[in-house]
Amino acid sequence: MKLLEWESKEILKARGVSVPPSGGVIETVGRLNAALKKAGKGPWVIKAQVLAGGRGKAGGIKVAKTPKEAQAVAKSILGMTLSTHQTAGQGIKVDSVLIEGAAKIEKEYYFSVVLDRQSASPVVVASGQGGMEIETLAEEKPEAILRVPVDVDAGLPAYAARRLAFAMGVPADKVGEFARMARALCRIFIDYDLSLLEINPLALTSKGLAALDAKIVADDNALFRHPDLAKLVDHESSALEKAAKKAGISYVGLDGNIGCMVNGAGLAMATMDTIGLAGGTPANFLDVGGSADEERVTKAFTIILKDPKVQAVLVNIFGGIVKCDVIAGGILAALKRVKMRVPLVVRLQGTNVDKGNELLARSGVKLIQADDLWGAAQKAVAAAKGAA
Amino acid sequence: MSIILNKNSKLVVQGLTGSAGSFHAQQCLDYGSKIVAGVTPGRGGGQHLGVPMFNTVADARAKTGADASLIFVPAPGAADAVLEAIDAGIDTIICITEGIPVLDMARVKKTIVSLRGRRTIRLIGPNCPGVITPEECKAGIMPAYIHKKGSVGVVSRSGTLTYEAVWQLTQEGLGQSTVVGIGGDPIIGTTHAEVLELFEKDPETEAVVMIGEIGGRGEEDAARFFKERMTKPVFAFIAGQSAPPGRRMGHAGAIIEGGSGTYAAKAAALREAGMTVVENLSQIGAAVAKSRKAVNA
Repeated sequence: MKLLEWESKEILKARGVSVPPSGGVIETVGRLNAALKKAGKGPWVIKAQVLAGGRGKAGGIKVAKTPKEAQAVAKSILGMTLSTHQTAGQGIKVDSVLIEGAAKIEKEYYFSVVLDRQSASPVVVASGQGGMEIETLAEEKPEAILRVPVDVDAGLPAYAARRLAFAMGVPADKVGEFARMARALCRIFIDYDLSLLEINPLALTSKGLAALDAKIVADDNALFRHPDLAKLVDHESSALEKAAKKAGISYVGLDGNIGCMVNGAGLAMATMDTIGLAGGTPANFLDVGGSADEERVTKAFTIILKDPKVQAVLVNIFGGIVKCDVIAGGILAALKRVKMRVPLVVRLQGTNVDKGNELLARSGVKLIQADDLWGAAQKAVAAAKGAA
Repeated sequence: MSIILNKNSKLVVQGLTGSAGSFHAQQCLDYGSKIVAGVTPGRGGGQHLGVPMFNTVADARAKTGADASLIFVPAPGAADAVLEAIDAGIDTIICITEGIPVLDMARVKKTIVSLRGRRTIRLIGPNCPGVITPEECKAGIMPAYIHKKGSVGVVSRSGTLTYEAVWQLTQEGLGQSTVVGIGGDPIIGTTHAEVLELFEKDPETEAVVMIGEIGGRGEEDAARFFKERMTKPVFAFIAGQSAPPGRRMGHAGAIIEGGSGTYAAKAAALREAGMTVVENLSQIGAAVAKSRKAVNA
């Protein structure tokens, strides 16, 4: 789960990490003056609250010197559609902005804690050269990126934090402050079960060190023990993705026109790939889960068909423990409840596959049957072309 | 021979009395797997599915000599279940459970690493279909009948995708030595490279099918191992060539982050190392069959 900047900063502040004076988040210009007052004396920074990096370059972050200027800036950002290098061509509408007192920046650093799969442990990734995208820095100056392992129980020892500070070129009189902040950030990462905590920039300002930006990604699997995170609004998923999640279905909307329903995440991805190789494009990733019963299949069809781009649906189920005749029964029952507006291709394989296919064939329901995945993908691509 | 499990393996099932545990353990028993004990705290002294129950793994091991554990404990307690098995002296642990917090797994991994030199703990999973050595021992949730005894080793990050590949092999008349699901999480007990090493050493395995996914570096590490130390042929498939960056595709591990773990990078690394990369999943069985026939002709 990804948190917005202001949500992340609330957590930092509560754990003693310095952040700029906040005027809060507003959704309408009418609330601007109160927010400016709360943030203190100008100039102020007005920041679009969306889940995408590169907001500054795209015009989603602006400084205002006077309340009048702030008014114009807030007006221009609220409601704008932000396209950055991280939004992959699709814009994100800005519903809210964060108002903060602007800091006088003397030096910018990069600081993050991430989960390192190789060492199976959290690791600090930091650099004395902040403000840049870390991907760009990694490409242009890999030697400027420092990595320090973090113990998953003990966190970051003080000596390691100090050594990092010196290596990053933090001024000697600020090393103690930096070490306290770095250790607090590692503690937050562990205590909240995060998969990413990124501060870019971590700035040396006229008032000391402060986290000017903050990005948090929390581990969905650990939300059960973090009720304060679990109650936050999911800003990342689309309405369809949220509906799927609620039904225990894993769904990700994509750009193509062939809807997919598959059991198992790996097979679902491979089914999308096969559609691609057959000359089509998938409209979604959908893992219906282990028990592809009538309820689940009905829900999955409903979600797939809500996407107006869908011109054909491909069902690929490998019946393992779940038998194919039971799945076929589920599909037929679901089709009585959902109006299938596009061609449907069904490929069943596994336990009781013959019984399953016979059930489908005898039902008189209009659908295209396929024996193997390649044939199914080709039939779905042809059907989508015919329907378009 | 085979890897990880064989007909002499004595399994303890942690979480045997739960619905998933009961259902799948029954299937394993039907296949002929030797399940010698079940563990559910508070159920010790009784029997379940005809298997003696214990309160702790330590008791189960002391009384039955169990040497491998199969875990179905729900996610909040699953990492603790792995630690309990390790503490009880079990070295082969297969964790089926999905949805374990990743930092819990970091703690498990830390324990395993700290024991290195004294014990070799083989954890498979979590979030995996398990391990099957056809006609000898099934410890997992895979459908038994799609497998056939033979000489192709299979290692995979995913469940139904593995079944698809195994089914194609069986249809081609190619049996399997052992099929290992290593799991789709960011932190797993055993990697692709480690399983390749086991297959390389196993005299009964003649070729390997490796199923990977986008995300992480597991396949690249396997490619390096293959290039440096492996003599047997490997046929690889990587799922996710059509997946967009930054979106997680079901498995927590299957996400392209910061440009790393892409399909293109993985396929290139595997090819460069000398593995056969099969682009179309539907053709993996045929690709292996064609090559085996050429070898045996």
